[in-house]
Amino acid sequence: MSTAFPRALIVGASSGIGATLALKLAGTGAKVAAVARRQAELDALAAQSGGKVLPYAGDVLDYAATPALFDRIVDDLGGLDLFIYNAGVMPPVEESEYNFDKDRQMIEVNFLAAVQWSNLAAAHFEAARAGVLCGVSSVAGERGRRGSPVYTASKAGLTAYFEAMRNRLTRYGVRVVTIKPGPVETPMTAGLKLPLMITADQAANEIVSALEGGATEAFVPAIWRPIMFVVRNVPSFVFTKTNI
Amino acid sequence: MPPRPLAQSPRKVFDGFGFCQRSVSAFVQPRSVEDVAAVLSRASEEGVRLGMRGSGRSYGDAALNGGGLILDMRHMGRVLSWDAQTGVIEAEPGLTIRELWTRTLADGWWPPVVSGTAWPTLGGCVAMNIHGKNHFRMGGISDHVLELDLITPGGEHVTLSPTRDPELFFAVLGGFGMLGVVTRIKLQLKRVYSGRLRVQQFHTPTLQSQLERFEQHTQDSDYLVSWVDCITSGGGLGRAQIHRATYLHEGEDPGGVAMLSPAKQDLPGHIMGVPKSIVPKLLKLFSFNLGMQAVNLVKYAASVVGSTKPYLQGHAAFHFLLDYVPEFRQSYAPGGFIQYQPFVPKEVALPVLTEILRRSQRAGIVSYLGVLKRYRPDRVLLPHALDGYSLAMDFPVTAANKADLWRLCGELSDVVTEAGGRFYPAKDSVLRPQDVQRAWGQDRLSRFAALRRRADPRGVLRTEWAERVGLDVFDR
Repeated sequence: MSTAFPRALIVGASSGIGATLALKLAGTGAKVAAVARRQAELDALAAQSGGKVLPYAGDVLDYAATPALFDRIVDDLGGLDLFIYNAGVMPPVEESEYNFDKDRQMIEVNFLAAVQWSNLAAAHFEAARAGVLCGVSSVAGERGRRGSPVYTASKAGLTAYFEAMRNRLTRYGVRVVTIKPGPVETPMTAGLKLPLMITADQAANEIVSALEGGATEAFVPAIWRPIMFVVRNVPSFVFTKTNI
Repeated sequence: MPPRPLAQSPRKVFDGFGFCQRSVSAFVQPRSVEDVAAVLSRASEEGVRLGMRGSGRSYGDAALNGGGLILDMRHMGRVLSWDAQTGVIEAEPGLTIRELWTRTLADGWWPPVVSGTAWPTLGGCVAMNIHGKNHFRMGGISDHVLELDLITPGGEHVTLSPTRDPELFFAVLGGFGMLGVVTRIKLQLKRVYSGRLRVQQFHTPTLQSQLERFEQHTQDSDYLVSWVDCITSGGGLGRAQIHRATYLHEGEDPGGVAMLSPAKQDLPGHIMGVPKSIVPKLLKLFSFNLGMQAVNLVKYAASVVGSTKPYLQGHAAFHFLLDYVPEFRQSYAPGGFIQYQPFVPKEVALPVLTEILRRSQRAGIVSYLGVLKRYRPDRVLLPHALDGYSLAMDFPVTAANKADLWRLCGELSDVVTEAGGRFYPAKDSVLRPQDVQRAWGQDRLSRFAALRRRADPRGVLRTEWAERVGLDVFDR
C-alpha cells in the first residue's frame, strides 16, 4: 500500500487519538515513531501494529532531552515527512478553583512542549523545503470558557502558534495543519458529559483524511466549523451569561 | 546550575548566500573572548563539532555546519582601537566591511581590499582571504593584516603576525576557519584623499582583446574588473565591458574633502531609471537563457555606444555592486544559484577560459553573469589567487538542471586543475576532493593538516564545505 507519509512522528501517542492515529498511519504503510511517557502502552501499540509503530519513551516536559530524542528519531526513520503534536492534558478544574499547579501542567504539556517539539520539526522541514507539520489543537481554543480557563488558553495559544508557523513555512513548501477536534471519547474525557462526542477511531479517520487531502485546518467532525463560527461571534455580553 | 550542553542551544536554519544549500544547526553568539574560549573548551569536552559564521555571505556551504553548532560571531564586532594618523585599526571579527569604512573614511582611510558586497565580517574576510577588484596591485586582505589573536580548540591563545609564528599566521589567513577562532584583527588601511574614484568604462569585442586590455592597464589602474557576456558564442565569445578605476590624488576631487563623508557613499535608489526595490522582480522575468541573452545584449550594446570618458564615482557605488539591489538573489528564487569561480594562470588564460565558456554553452547551461578579475600570487598557505585571472560565473539552480550543472562544473574543474588553476572556497558549492587535492597539491595540504593536528587535536572545527572537499582525510 502506498502512503502519503512514509516517515511520520507522533508525539502523544500512547492512547486516545494519538494511538489510533499511529495505527491508522502505520496501516497505510508508513513508518511511525510514537513518543509517549508510558513504555508499556507504547510497546503494546508497537506489537499491535506488527512492528510498524516504533516506540520511543519520553516525557515532553523533559525539555533537555527533547532535541536529542528528535534527532535520534529522524535518524532512525531516515528523514521525516509528517510531524504530529498530539500530547494534551485536561485535568478537571472545579468551579471557583484557581490552581496554578494544574494550570502550569496544561500550559507546559499542551503549549510549551508543543512549541519545543514543533520548532524542531519546523526547522527540519524548512531546511528540507518539504513536510507536513500538524498540531492537534481543539475547538476549545476558539473562545475562553469559564469552566476551563487555562485549557482554552493553552489551545488558543497552540492554534495561534500553528497559524504563525503556517505563515512562516508555506512559502517554503511546508504544509502546516491545525486540527480542531470537538469532544472525543478518550481517557482524557472519560466521565465527562460533552456534546457531539465521537470515538477516537472516528476522529483519527477524519484527521488522516485531512492530512492526505491537503487541508490546512480541519474541524473534527466538520460540523464544528459552523458551530464555532457562531460561537466565535457571540458578543461578550451574551457569552458571559452562558454556561459554555 | 551547570550550563546547558551546547547541543541543546537554540536552533536555526542557516543558508549559503546562493540559498541552494541550507541546514539546521544549533547556534551560540559569543560576546567576548572569554565566551569564545569557554565555547571552544566545552565543544571539545562535549564532543560537539563547531563551525564559524559571520554574515553568511559565503555562497555555498563554507559557513554551514548542519547537525552541529554554529558560532555566530556577529555580536563580537567592536572596534578596539583606531589610529587616524597611521590608518591602523584593531577590531573584533564580527565587524562588517561597511562598519569599518563608515568609521574610517572621514579620516581619509579606506579598506585596502573589499569584496563585491560590504556585508562580510572581518572574521569571514580573513578566513577566506577575500580579494577585490585590485588583487593584481594590492593582493588579498591577508597582505594587509598586521596581527591576529587566535584561540584554538586545543586551548592555545596566540598572537600571530608575519614574524610571530608565520607558518600558522599564513595558514589562518585563508584557512576557512579550520584552525581556531580569530578574536582580534589588526589591519592596515589605505590612505585615500577622496570618497570617489575616477572610473572609465570601455568594451572589448572578444576574450582575447579583453585579456590584452587587462594586461595594458595593470600598471596604470588601481582597480580593474570586467563584466563578461557568457552567453554569446562564435566571434563574440567572451566579449566584455571593462571598468577601470584609479584613486584621486590630494586636492584632485572638485568636491573637496567633504566627499570623504560616509553619507556621500549612499547607493543610488534607481538603476537605469528603475527603482531598485523592483529590480529583482524585473530580473526574474528574464531569468531564462533567452531572456538573459537579451539582457546581456542590451548591456553590451550600452557599453559600445556609451562614453569612454572618465567619470567620478563613490567607492561604495563602484565596489558594492551586489548591494545595489537589496535581495537581488530573489531573482533566482526558488532554486537559488551557485557561483563557480575558477582561477587560471595568465599564460593559459585565453585557451582555458575559452574552453570553459564553450563547454558551458555546449551543455546548454550558461552563466547569467560573468565577472573577470586579475590577480597576483598570494603568500598564504592555501591561496586561491595566482598570477592570472578568475572568471566568476553565476548559474541558476533548478530541480531540472541541478544534476547537469554539477556534472558540468566537475568537467570544468578537471579543465581548470589540469591547467594549474585554483578555486575560491567562499564561492564554492561544487568542488570534489580531487579538485582540492589537485589545486593545492599534497605538500600544501599536508602542511595544513599538520597545523590542524596541532591547533585542533580533537577535530572540533568542521564546516559542510570542509567535509565535502575531504579536508578531514588529510588529518589522518
